[in-house]
Amino acid sequence: MAEKSKVIEKEAIVIRFSGDSGDGMQLTGTQFSDTSALFGNDVSTFPDYPAEIRAPQGTVGGVSGFQVHIGSTDVTTPGDFCDVLVAMNPAALKANIRWVKPGGTIIVNIDSFNEKNLAKAGYTSNPLPDYQKGDFNIIEAPITTLTQEAMKEITNDNKTVLRTRNMFALGMTYFMFHRPLDYTLSFFEKKFSKQPDVAKANKLVLEAGYHYAETIEAIANKRVVVAPAKLEPGTYRNINGNTATAWGLIAAAEKAQLPLFLGSYPITPATEILMELAARKDLGVKTFQAEDEIAGICTAIGAAYAGSLAATSTSGPGLSLKSEAMGLAVMTELPLVVINVQRGGPSTGLPTKTEQSDLLQALFGRNGECPMVVIAASTPSNCFTYSYMAAKIALEHMTPVILLTDGFLANGTEPWKIPTMESLPEITPRYAPKDAQYQPYARNSEWLYRYWALPGTPGHEHRVGGLEKMDVTGTVSYVPENHQVMCNYRDEKVARVQKVIPLQTVEGDQSGDLLVVGWGGTYGHLSHAVKNLRKAGNKVGHCHFNYINPLPANVEEIFSKFKKIVVCELNFGQLANYLRMKHQKFEYLQYNKLMGLPFTANELEEHLKNLI
Amino acid sequence: METKIKYTPADFKSDQEVRWCPGCGDHAILNAMVKSMANIGIPKENVVVVSGIGCSSRFPYYVSTYGFHGIHGRASAIASGIKTANPNLCVWQITGDGDALAIGGNHFIHAIRRNIDLNIIVFNNEIYGLTKGQYSPTSKIGSITKTSPFGTVEPPFRIGELVIGAQGHFFARTIDVMVNLSSEIFEQAAQFQGTSIVEALVNCVIFNDGAHDVYSDKEYRDDRVIILRHGEKMVFGKNHDKGLVLEDLKLKVVTIGKDGYTLDDILVHNAQEENPGIHLMLANMSYPDFPLALGVIRAVKAPTYERLVEQQIADVKSSAKIRCMNDLLTSGNTWTIK
Repeated sequence: MAEKSKVIEKEAIVIRFSGDSGDGMQLTGTQFSDTSALFGNDVSTFPDYPAEIRAPQGTVGGVSGFQVHIGSTDVTTPGDFCDVLVAMNPAALKANIRWVKPGGTIIVNIDSFNEKNLAKAGYTSNPLPDYQKGDFNIIEAPITTLTQEAMKEITNDNKTVLRTRNMFALGMTYFMFHRPLDYTLSFFEKKFSKQPDVAKANKLVLEAGYHYAETIEAIANKRVVVAPAKLEPGTYRNINGNTATAWGLIAAAEKAQLPLFLGSYPITPATEILMELAARKDLGVKTFQAEDEIAGICTAIGAAYAGSLAATSTSGPGLSLKSEAMGLAVMTELPLVVINVQRGGPSTGLPTKTEQSDLLQALFGRNGECPMVVIAASTPSNCFTYSYMAAKIALEHMTPVILLTDGFLANGTEPWKIPTMESLPEITPRYAPKDAQYQPYARNSEWLYRYWALPGTPGHEHRVGGLEKMDVTGTVSYVPENHQVMCNYRDEKVARVQKVIPLQTVEGDQSGDLLVVGWGGTYGHLSHAVKNLRKAGNKVGHCHFNYINPLPANVEEIFSKFKKIVVCELNFGQLANYLRMKHQKFEYLQYNKLMGLPFTANELEEHLKNLI
Repeated sequence: METKIKYTPADFKSDQEVRWCPGCGDHAILNAMVKSMANIGIPKENVVVVSGIGCSSRFPYYVSTYGFHGIHGRASAIASGIKTANPNLCVWQITGDGDALAIGGNHFIHAIRRNIDLNIIVFNNEIYGLTKGQYSPTSKIGSITKTSPFGTVEPPFRIGELVIGAQGHFFARTIDVMVNLSSEIFEQAAQFQGTSIVEALVNCVIFNDGAHDVYSDKEYRDDRVIILRHGEKMVFGKNHDKGLVLEDLKLKVVTIGKDGYTLDDILVHNAQEENPGIHLMLANMSYPDFPLALGVIRAVKAPTYERLVEQQIADVKSSAKIRCMNDLLTSGNTWTIK
């Protein structure tokens, strides 16, 4: 290591890797963030990639990006703008230049800046001289050539060179930010244990990138180090929202001493939940990759009837397909967790981009009066907490629960202080008492749940189904008064969940000029914006909902302490409208965005500032 | 599922009033079914009957086992979930031609493909009854119904062909009027490990009366149906003088003692033959060129989905490093801050 080079200490930096969707930018970004997390930084990541696996090479539409924010203090967002952009080709530069901070550094693979690629990206001439003249520090690195050079002893196969050059860029950034190489080196050894040549080629290229950076004056003189963050003591791991969601379910099943069953159909960006659970045969998880979304939920309903903790995972269009079956779960009053990883809609929409536009679908998108508990996770790691809580509520209240996450949470990662199973709350499934006579629709008087009688239990044989049932006995009933009674029960049962969910909290000022209201995946950005507004002396609170149906009991109390309320959402105002319905006496301002992107803390700050 | 208990058919009847129309073929299937359930002797608490939507799908309410009346077309998916979650249950699915083959066609073929141990009885009346008389995917071409006042212009599915096309391992056919045969077939379906499909031809007395009369009428039934039993000659007819032979790669009806054909020429039914060629030909036979095949046409052993799932879990667990959630939480890359 060139210790003689100058090192600047910074509180946080943001780096964005970008290239063709086949360039391995997701892997590169993940390596950088994992290495940083292991180094002790707080980390937040944002993968931003197209739906096409290999979109037309070299085009702006095919650019895949991965942004990493590392810090020595609390990092709540992946950062609005980056300090360093790595652009593997002109298209990546074109797509991402807007995200580079003024004065930021751009590393380009100059080998790819030929006429053909410039044209594909829509540049009429080489833009680098102009950017150089502007406020950017451009580093033109011949990444392809140097990658070829580094691995020439092993192979000169062009494909291998193309596949490995991302590691050259990674090596350069490791030098720039004083990162150790060992995590990535051991990753190569594991991943390519059966192809030692490939492992070696990757190692040589990574090191070559590292040493090349050392020779670039513009880098060597400005090496940046971000000290480890002062996180709470404990054992940590990096986790993304989808893994955390899957793990929350496994943990809940173990706590409730139930087998876990997931019925699901692959759909971006929820598929990883199915993949993660499919890999957990060691913990006895049964996954059923169904023929369609409907079968995904229907197999789960069957499994719930048979006595499993049952779940189904999907994204927007899939939730639409599951609507009728969710009604069946409401009618049969079975425990079921429905996970919806929201993406840009409507229809196929923006499969790989984030949005919060399924809230009203989750709340109301079914025929009949069909109440379900609706919960939303708000950070990648608390997807664990809320999927655990979704399962707990489903099992303890005999109701289907929808857990909303989104593409931003699903793919984003952050360090997570690992809980122990012992620290998680107990889960008590509502089994029918073994010896008593069983009435399928007899209810617990306090919570109104019916009891769960599992097939295989002698004497508890009973029928459930989608037709309206007689109170207590559960026979088919068309009695008008009975339908009223049963509708009331289903509604009130869900409403009573309010008594077990925590009271809503407010971050920042507890009363004041402006209450910023949000829900779900926008937590980090809103929190960051509110902190900055408060630093500037404003009296602002941040009220972020995780429990949406039912809402916590103290909403009115909180809302009445602020002069203005603004609801910020990545939709046209779905929570705002829901709040208008539930708490009519307040006026709700809105800030909305529908670009398939998270808010930037910056835009929020700009907008909110004007409301005070 | 090992314990065998002595039951009578009445033990499997629920206290619910059966609300099918008088004269509906479904009554006969229900009677045959409770008889088979009693004969099979699986403890009642281990039996689950799942259905979709339609007249036949009211079935779960009329038996005293566990029951799940699902939503239209999705019975196979619900039943698949139940069986996969608890392979020790004996799971029946009651469905109709609309429920299984129209709205539920996808789930139906995929359940068959997976070979989940479900016993699926398709009540085929070639009409939508509960919605009062629209054509179904099995209605004969030209059928005049409320939604085809000038006759249908779409060819029907042949259930056996669909089952075999979906790599089905068990296919049988019965007809409402032959209660003993139905009962015998249901028992075989239950004992078969894998997806067993039984097509039950039932008469809709209100909207499609007489759809199966060509076979069911006692006067000529024996000449128009053949009851296939594994290992037995394919002989039929009032006088047991007709049989099936294979000529030019096709089935042919011959009269024993005529044109030089003897009993020795008649085919012997092998339901366990893996190659579905003959089974397909048998399943597709129809009047007037052929007798309609009843009985178990195909029953070929194969591993079942739910057992393979259990086996895979057991195999992975036997050498797993991660044995509980705490192991998983702390696996891989972690770091400690003091």
